Amino acid sequence: MNREALRAAVLAALGDVAPEAELDRLEPAAELREVLDLDSIDFLRFVQHLAAATGIEVPESDYAQLATLEGVVAYLAARS
Amino acid sequence: MSETQRSDPPARIRQSYRDALREAHRDALRRDERVFLMGEDVGRYGGCFAVSRGLLDEFGPERIRDTPLSESAFVGAGIGAALGGMRPIVEIMTVNFSLLALDQIVNNAASLLHMSGGQLAVPLVIRMTTGAGRQLAAQHSHSLEGWYAHIPGIKVLAPATLEDARGMLWTALEDPDPVLIFEHGALYGVEGEIAADAGPVPIDRAALRRPGRDVSLFAYGGTLGKALAAADALAAEGVEAEVIDLRTLRPLDTATILESVARTHRALVVDEGWRSGSLAAEVIARIVEGAFYELDAPPARVCSAEVPMPYAKHLEDAALPQAPRIVDAARRLLGDAA
Amino acid sequence: MSEFRMPSLGADMEAGTLVEWRVRPGDAVRRGDIVALVDTDKAVIEVEIWEDGVVDELLVAAGQKVPVGTPLARLRAAGATPPPPAPAAVAAPRPTEKPGAAPRAAEAAAAPPAPPASAQPPVAPAPIAVEAAAAAAATRRVHATPLARRIAESLGVDVAALEGTGPGGAVTRADVERAASPPRAAVASAALAPPAAELRAARARQAMAAAMARSKREIPHYYLTTRIDLAHALAWLAAENARRALADRLLPAALLLRAVALAAREAPEMNGFFVDGTLRPAACVHLGVGVSLRQGGLVAPTLRDADTKNASVVMRELTDLVARTRAGVLRSSELGDATLTVTNLGDQGAESVHGVIYPPQVALVGFGRIAEQPWAHDGFLGVRPVVVATLAADHRASDGHRGSRFLAAVDRLLQTPEKL
Repeated sequence: MNREALRAAVLAALGDVAPEAELDRLEPAAELREVLDLDSIDFLRFVQHLAAATGIEVPESDYAQLATLEGVVAYLAARS
Repeated sequence: MSETQRSDPPARIRQSYRDALREAHRDALRRDERVFLMGEDVGRYGGCFAVSRGLLDEFGPERIRDTPLSESAFVGAGIGAALGGMRPIVEIMTVNFSLLALDQIVNNAASLLHMSGGQLAVPLVIRMTTGAGRQLAAQHSHSLEGWYAHIPGIKVLAPATLEDARGMLWTALEDPDPVLIFEHGALYGVEGEIAADAGPVPIDRAALRRPGRDVSLFAYGGTLGKALAAADALAAEGVEAEVIDLRTLRPLDTATILESVARTHRALVVDEGWRSGSLAAEVIARIVEGAFYELDAPPARVCSAEVPMPYAKHLEDAALPQAPRIVDAARRLLGDAA
Repeated sequence: MSEFRMPSLGADMEAGTLVEWRVRPGDAVRRGDIVALVDTDKAVIEVEIWEDGVVDELLVAAGQKVPVGTPLARLRAAGATPPPPAPAAVAAPRPTEKPGAAPRAAEAAAAPPAPPASAQPPVAPAPIAVEAAAAAAATRRVHATPLARRIAESLGVDVAALEGTGPGGAVTRADVERAASPPRAAVASAALAPPAAELRAARARQAMAAAMARSKREIPHYYLTTRIDLAHALAWLAAENARRALADRLLPAALLLRAVALAAREAPEMNGFFVDGTLRPAACVHLGVGVSLRQGGLVAPTLRDADTKNASVVMRELTDLVARTRAGVLRSSELGDATLTVTNLGDQGAESVHGVIYPPQVALVGFGRIAEQPWAHDGFLGVRPVVVATLAADHRASDGHRGSRFLAAVDRLLQTPEKL
């Protein structure tokens, strides 16, 4: 997957978890959990959606690297 | 509108309901030398609820008269004095004790004008305390004014505001018929602002105390404050309740009641009397007779539990109409629209 | 023959709107089958049936709002023969007509069923809804207020065709006026259209407001707070999650719920209901789990028998419950009979929460955000992940001593996470 495809997959995963969020206005550097009001269950589902879309299972110890949209894309790009 | 709602008072003073009643007595005693007050402990003790405190010193023992503990005797004496041209005010300690004078009130005071072909008017005023809420138990707490409102030949008043406490007495004294004034015991200590020059008020009409469009709350005496509190709570939910103070329980101001129902289409009567055969029943009967086609919900009542008034505080509170119950009943009247 | 009635899906529910039937007359149903969708004003709930049988007749049409306890459908035992079809005259007379008006009744039977059809939400399968509407009209005497009847007459509206929103379901002036202005009527009756969703959110807010106001009015709350060291629990969780598949990962919330459930089993004063002036301890532990909705508002679906399920099962059910609560699709068994509620602010939340008890329950446990805190232990100061646990409890049912023991038990249980 290229970065654009990864970005689309991340947005789709966020859209599944937070359907009412206005994702087209999401800043690349915004703190996802704060801006989208994701609780820990939402975040776990987000990680599960990412795994389903990209095959990459993010271990808990790497959650800190998934703080922003650009962070998630970079993390996935480095592993795909 | 009544003089109770004058809009240009030059000055306002702070006063309790009790003070307003005392002012009314002082005013009447000064205006008319035929006026005198008698009853149990009204003189040296200053009145069981301190309404007449200080009046003995000011007006002397001829006009502020302590009586023996015999309701039948001193109410009878009051009737005799009224027949003889005086303008007596008789104070009975509580409505429960007035039952000892029921024969004098119903068979004599209320009847003599009619039995004498209009020759013998009885211009007597009888004041008494009514109602519960002060842990005085079942022999001092009942609300029997609805019984008296059943009797033709007398007028029955229930002052709920400072203005009415101040203003109803003189109008009652001027009336040719016997007038009973019921003072709710929980009101004596209630303080508020009143025009410094407040004076007599009419005693032939109900008063709109709060306008609204969704439901009419009819209350009087001790339940007016609770109805107004309920209206406040309802307003917070977006329900605009109109509050009508009945003021005069006999003769009822049916026109004002029906006009209110025509505005709101829903009626809730709050009455501290027991529900069966109550004044609330009479108000609802008049609404159904006179405004049936205006009704958008069955009329409802909040009354006291049908038990002799309990002594224990929590039981007494539970037995009486309270604002939350009024709010609940109003919500039910509004159905899903609430 | 038995009746399937509008269930109570919460202590504060008085009526529900039948959104959709999932069965038709003649369908066989088994205990636990989902037979209908009901809108409680707080959420749309999948309603289960509690006995086996065959649906004989649907009594309430989609879109209708009826009080709790109203028969919704008739059910006959499997194998029993259906009753003979009712004579046409029974299905027809409109309640406003005089008894004995047989010829007019026959006309009405031949005519298509009037206005309720236009009041159905688009999701309802039309044939069933029409049948049910006719059945409902046949069995129901229309209650309309005198004012509503007078205005209906002047506007030419048939009150028999309206659904009342007044006391006891009576048709009121507002119902008549809505019916007389069709565009507004359509909006009001389309149960799942966006404006209705907003209306439901507003009503959910009102329902919550009523329950919370009642709680604060009636329940003498007392509050206890304790700080719990989660170092062991989180270390165990991290190790456990590192070896678990992604789908099976646990969150601290699952451990917190399990600890509360196990502690509640031993604390009857915290787990049950205060009804008619006395505490009624519950025999099981059904945890109400506070779930905040993104559009605002709070729903507390029930995680049943939480004391008998291990942390993995609790985690799976919690994830499912949260997702379906936010999607607005809960089942009837997931609302209403929680014995104790837990509110967990989560790791975006404040440090602690002093909750409002959901009546008639007698306690509510709150957890704040898990955060690193200075922690004294064995004479040394260290840094530990700490959660502030609070208990709001009903002083009519328990006292601070019992409450303290309950919170201490939650703490103790969290120190051995592997047993949760």
